[in-house]
Amino acid sequence: MTPYILRRLVQAVLVLWAAYTLTFALLTALPGDAISNRINNPQNQLTPEDGRTLKAFYGLDRPIVVQYAHALDALLHGNLGYSLSSGSTVSSLLGDALPHTLVLTALGLTFGVLVAAALGIAGSYAPWSRLRALLQSFPALAASVPSFVVGILILDGFSFRLRLIPAVDDGTFLALVGPALTLGIMIAAPLAQVFTAAITATRRQPFVHVLQARGAGEHYVFRHGVLRNASLPVITMLGLAVGELIAGSVVTEAVFARNGIGQITLNAVNTQDLPVVQGVVLISTTGYVLVNLLADVIHPLIDPRIRADILARRAKRPSRARPGADEAVPARLPDEAVAS
Amino acid sequence: MNGDSPPESGAAPGPVLSVADLSVGYRVGPGTRTAVRNVSFELAEGQVLALVGESGSGKSTIGHAVLDLLPGNGRLLGGTVSYRGRTISGLPARQLRQLRGRAISLIPQDPTLSLDPIRRVGSQVDDVLRLHTGLDAEARRTKVHELFELVGFHDVERRYRQFPHELSGGMRQRVLIAAAVAAEPDVIIADEPTSGLDATVQAQVLDLIDDLRRRTGTAVVLITHDLGVAADRSDLVGVLRQGRLVELAPTAEFVRSPRDDYSRHLLDSVPARLEFPDRGSGRAPSHGPAAVEVTNLRKHYGDHVAVDGVSFTVEQGETFAVVGESGSGKSTTARILTGLVPATAGRVRLLGTDVGDLSAKAFRPLRGDVQIVFQNPHASFDPRFDVLSVVAEPLRSFQPVRSRHRLRRENRDRVVAALEAASLPASFLHRHPRELSGGQRQRVAIARALVSDPRIVVLDEPVSALDVSVQAQILALLDRLQRERGLTYVLISHDLAVVRAISDHVAVMRHGRIVEQGAVAEVFGTPACDYTADLLGAMSGRQLAIR
Repeated sequence: MTPYILRRLVQAVLVLWAAYTLTFALLTALPGDAISNRINNPQNQLTPEDGRTLKAFYGLDRPIVVQYAHALDALLHGNLGYSLSSGSTVSSLLGDALPHTLVLTALGLTFGVLVAAALGIAGSYAPWSRLRALLQSFPALAASVPSFVVGILILDGFSFRLRLIPAVDDGTFLALVGPALTLGIMIAAPLAQVFTAAITATRRQPFVHVLQARGAGEHYVFRHGVLRNASLPVITMLGLAVGELIAGSVVTEAVFARNGIGQITLNAVNTQDLPVVQGVVLISTTGYVLVNLLADVIHPLIDPRIRADILARRAKRPSRARPGADEAVPARLPDEAVAS
Repeated sequence: MNGDSPPESGAAPGPVLSVADLSVGYRVGPGTRTAVRNVSFELAEGQVLALVGESGSGKSTIGHAVLDLLPGNGRLLGGTVSYRGRTISGLPARQLRQLRGRAISLIPQDPTLSLDPIRRVGSQVDDVLRLHTGLDAEARRTKVHELFELVGFHDVERRYRQFPHELSGGMRQRVLIAAAVAAEPDVIIADEPTSGLDATVQAQVLDLIDDLRRRTGTAVVLITHDLGVAADRSDLVGVLRQGRLVELAPTAEFVRSPRDDYSRHLLDSVPARLEFPDRGSGRAPSHGPAAVEVTNLRKHYGDHVAVDGVSFTVEQGETFAVVGESGSGKSTTARILTGLVPATAGRVRLLGTDVGDLSAKAFRPLRGDVQIVFQNPHASFDPRFDVLSVVAEPLRSFQPVRSRHRLRRENRDRVVAALEAASLPASFLHRHPRELSGGQRQRVAIARALVSDPRIVVLDEPVSALDVSVQAQILALLDRLQRERGLTYVLISHDLAVVRAISDHVAVMRHGRIVEQGAVAEVFGTPACDYTADLLGAMSGRQLAIR
C-alpha cells in the first residue's frame, strides 16, 4: 500500500508544479500587469524614472524565464511573494482568508453529500414511479441553474422573506448556512445523478437477484449489497466535485459578501495581481489534489479488486495463471494485506 | 444424479413442489409476451427434474416464477405454485421472503456475476443464516465453516475471508452452492449451474449437487440447455418449447424413446449423436505442402507462459482440432496462426511459407488465405455495419481506397455468393447484426471468413454459444463447405463431442503443452494420457451417445 501512496504523492507534486507553471504562462501572456497599470495611471503622476525603479524592484524588467525561475525558487523556500496591489505578503493574505473559506466549503461539502444521498436513495426507492421520476429530474435542474442564482434565491427566501438567516456575514454559524447551502446544492446535483445511476445499475446485478433469492428484503439488499457498490463511482465523482466547490466559493462569497479566498481571487484578478493569483491557484490545486489523493486511497479500501490490482502490479507477476478446481489462485492476497 | 435411487430419508407422501397450469408473461411495450404457457409438474422429495430447452423456451422463467422473483416487467398470468401442498404464489412479500432461501433456494447461473464483488464470500453465505436462523455471529461463522467443508474447501477460514475475484469459477460456484444449502431447503432450483465452467469442473460441481441431494433428500429442479447433463443427472426430464412443456417423462424413457417430435429432434442434434462420414480415422490424403506446420511454438505474456513448445502439422483438407480447458493455451495458438499475436519463439509455416519472422506487413498477403471465425460473432461485428459491410470487410481491406467505388458491384456479388455458401439469402445484405439470431450471426461470420476465398479457416469455439439444434446445423454447414471447397480447418474447442463429430486429428492441450495428439478415433478410443481420459470421463451425455 505504501508505494502506491508514495507514487500518488509524487504525481500530486507534479500536478502542483504544472498548475503553477501554466498559470504563470497564462498570466504573463496577458497584456499589462499590476505595476504597469499603476505606473500608467494618469492620476499617479510617476516619473518614468520612478516607474523603472518600481519595475526593477518587483523584478518585472527581467526576462520572463528569469522571473519564472526566481518565483519557483522562492516558492520552494515557502515564499509566495508580495501582493502587487496591497504590498502585504501573499501568504499572510491567504492565511487570513483560508479558514473562512475552509469552513464554508467543508459545510457545503457536507450539505452536498447529504442532499445527494437523500436524493439518490429517495429517487430510487420512493413508492410511486412518478415521484421517483420527479426526484430523479431534480439533479438536472440543480445543475442547470447557475450558483449565483441559487445564492440569490436563498438570500431572498431565507433572509429577506423568512428572516431565518442573516443576509451578511455577522460571524455567526447561522450566517454560514446560506452560502453553504448554495454550494451544497451545486455539488449535490452531479453526485446525486451518479449515485442514482449507480444504485439502478447495481440493483440490476445478478448478485442482487441472488440475495433476494436467499430471502433478503429490499432493506437488507440495500445495506449489504447495493450501498457499497453504488458508492464507488460517487467517491470518484466527489474528487471532481471539490474542484467545483473551490470555483463555486468565488461566486458564493461574492453573493453573500463574505471574506475568503473567493473575494481575494476576485480582487486579484481584477487588478492583475499576479503573485496573489498564483497563490490562489496553488492553494486550490493543493486542495483538489489532496481530495483526489484521498479518493484514490479510499477506493482500494472499499473495493478489494483494486487492492488486488495494486498488489499484483507491485509484485509484477501476471494474475492470470489458471487455477484448477480447488487449488488456490496464485494471485491471492497475503492475509495481512486483506486485513488492512 | 442418475437416479432411480429412492430418497433415503423415507418418502413423504405428496409432492414437495408442485406447479399447476403456470403461465407467465412479460410486458413488452403496450402488449404482453407470454413466456410460459400452462406448465404443470410435480416433484417428490429427493427427485431431480431437468427442465431442458433452447434459449427463449421459458425454462429460466419457470425457475424465477417458482421463487416469485420475476424481473420487473414479468407477471404471473395464471396457475399456482405450491410447496408441500400450500399455495405460495401470491403470498405477501414477507411470507415469501421466509420461504426463499429456506424452503426453496437457488443456485444461480453465472458464478462470476452472482457474487457481490466487494464482499467476502464467507459473509455472503452468512446472509442466509442471518436471514433465516437466530444464531449469533460466532455460531454462524462455525456453520459457514462447516458448509465450506461440505462443498469441498480445505482451508475454510482463509476461504471465508476471500473475495470472489480470488476464486476460480468452480470455487465460486461451490460458494454459491454452500449458500443454497445453508438453510437446509427442501427444493433447490439450479439454473444452469455449470454453464461457462470447464468440463472437469462441471462434472465436479454436478457431483457435489448430486451428493448433497442424496444426503439430505432435497429435490432439485435442474434448468439446463445441455441434454447430456439432463440425461446423466435427472430422474425426470421436461422439454420446453416456446413456453410449453411438450414432454415430461422419466429420464431413461425419454432418452430411449422420446414421444414428442421436437424432443426427438433435440436429441438427434446433440453432438454426441451427430455423424459425418469418414471422420475421425485420420483420412484426408495430403496433396501439396502441409497447410499448417508448427514447430516448437512458444508464447510468453510477461512471466506467464501461455504456449510452451507446441508442434503439430495440419494436412490440407482436413480438420485438426485443438482441445483443452480454459487457460490451456489453445486460443493463443489460434491467434498466432492467424497472425493476430506474434509468437515469442518457434516456427510457423502456412501453406509452405515460413511466417514466423514475417512482420505484420509481410503477413498481409497471407491473410486472405487464413481466416478466423470467432466464438461470439456479436462481439466481433461492428454494430453499425450491415451484413454487406461486415462480410465485405476482408475484401475491402485488401483493395486500394481509390478503386473501392469501381469494385463495389463486384464485392457485392462476392458477398452474396459467400452468404449463399453459408445458406443465407441475399435479402440479408442490409440487415444489422442485432436483427439476427445467434445461428444467423454465426452464418454471417462464416460468410465473412469465406468471402476472401481462404484455404485455411481457424474456428475458435464456433458453436459453443449456440443452441443445440442450431449447433447441429452449423456443424453440418462447416462439414459441407469443407468437402466442397477443400478447406483446411483448425478447430479450437473445449467440447469433445463437437470435436469428435467433425475432426480428423486432434491435439489435447494442457498448461500450454500438447499432452497427446493423433487421429480422433485413436485418441478418444484409447487415450494414452491420463488427462485425456479425465476429459473424456467428464464429458456429459454418455447416456446419449449411441455409438
